[in-house]
Amino acid sequence: MRLSAVDLACRRGDRDVFSGVSFNVGAGELLAITGRNGAGKSSLLRIVAGLIRPVGGRLWLEGGEPELSIAEQVHYLGHQDPVKPSLSVLENLQFWAAFFAGAIKVDDALELVGLGAIATLPAGYLSAGQRRRLSIARLIAVKRPIWLLDEPTSTLDAAAQHRVAEFMRTHLSEGGLVLTATHSALGLSSIQELSLDRSVRSHAHSDVAGMEQPAAVAP
Amino acid sequence: MSPLAALLLRDMRIAVRVGGGALIGVLFFLAVVSVTPFAVGPDLALLKRIGPAILWLAALLASLLALDRLFASDHEDGSLDLILTGRAPLELVVAAKGIAHWLTTALPLVVAAPLIALLLDLDGSAEAGLVLTLLVGTPALTFIGLIGAAIAVTLRRGGLLLAIIVLPLTVPVLIFGVAAANAAIAGPVPFGTPFTVLCALTLASLVIGPFAAAAALRLDME
Repeated sequence: MRLSAVDLACRRGDRDVFSGVSFNVGAGELLAITGRNGAGKSSLLRIVAGLIRPVGGRLWLEGGEPELSIAEQVHYLGHQDPVKPSLSVLENLQFWAAFFAGAIKVDDALELVGLGAIATLPAGYLSAGQRRRLSIARLIAVKRPIWLLDEPTSTLDAAAQHRVAEFMRTHLSEGGLVLTATHSALGLSSIQELSLDRSVRSHAHSDVAGMEQPAAVAP
Repeated sequence: MSPLAALLLRDMRIAVRVGGGALIGVLFFLAVVSVTPFAVGPDLALLKRIGPAILWLAALLASLLALDRLFASDHEDGSLDLILTGRAPLELVVAAKGIAHWLTTALPLVVAAPLIALLLDLDGSAEAGLVLTLLVGTPALTFIGLIGAAIAVTLRRGGLLLAIIVLPLTVPVLIFGVAAANAAIAGPVPFGTPFTVLCALTLASLVIGPFAAAAALRLDME
């Protein structure tokens, strides 16, 4: 299985976010997408997930399920945690597992992320980190080959971050693909890095300079 | 469980739990209809004449109440993104959400209608006719409302816009719903004539609603 992109370009509103982005990720490989805030890391992941359309370039998958689109073979873990506060932890996960109609190992997945003991608690009582872990449990309960992770560890403590890195390693060793937008190193080997800063690198020595960079905004 | 059954069950669970919208609609309906006789005064003939119109108006406004959260809550917590990466066609997803919404907000209203109709001095056969028009007509209100809910999904305060978009589209349903209910009570038009048109409106909105709402959602997500 191989996910490739050539010359992807993204435009949000009247602002060109990035252009000329190419990558090539094979089975068992991880692509770390880096860049300053606003460089388009999330947009790139959303393009792969089929949630926004690129204005240019091509994206294709070799060796996947031919009947399914790329979007139907990805797990997208965005900024938000799709957790309904009035449903219990277990009901939340059961819904997504049933909705994605995957191999349902809901209880195991909750144990793995450390939420097994509070499965019947309404999800409204969860902390931000626990909600994130509940979202991550979805990736384990339902098998999909491509993981798109947008800052997967941002609200997690050190132990949970370590656990997530372990999940990613397991997924990679089973022949999966991982694309992750991240600031923090996850301690994984076999990483390809894709920097979205290339076009403005000379100006973006610091985040402040990056933010004041007016060239990125179309007139 | 199929993806759509799972979604239907989830939406119904959320609606009937604490903070869900299921009871708000029916309480609003009961409140509007039960204060009307106090406003109109003890004129039984007048109440009987305007009774169906009041019930239908209250049903229309009640069905608009919870509608703005239908897609907005899924949009805000990222659920909609995941739903779009699912394998179920978006049109059917939208229809499943519409059915769940109808079952939890409109059906209780239909069930409550015979009780509340007593306040408007409607007798047995008139009540039966009225309840039948509500049962057949409210799905049209929900499924037309889906379109507005999908258009207003990315707006913070989409409720008002929703009402402005949806209300004009529901006018035919209101006209034929009230006409059928009046025909059941007083005549002279046979009940079947406006009732058949009402059925047609519902069937048409059941087909058009999900497609239009799904198209609107796809545009919103861009």
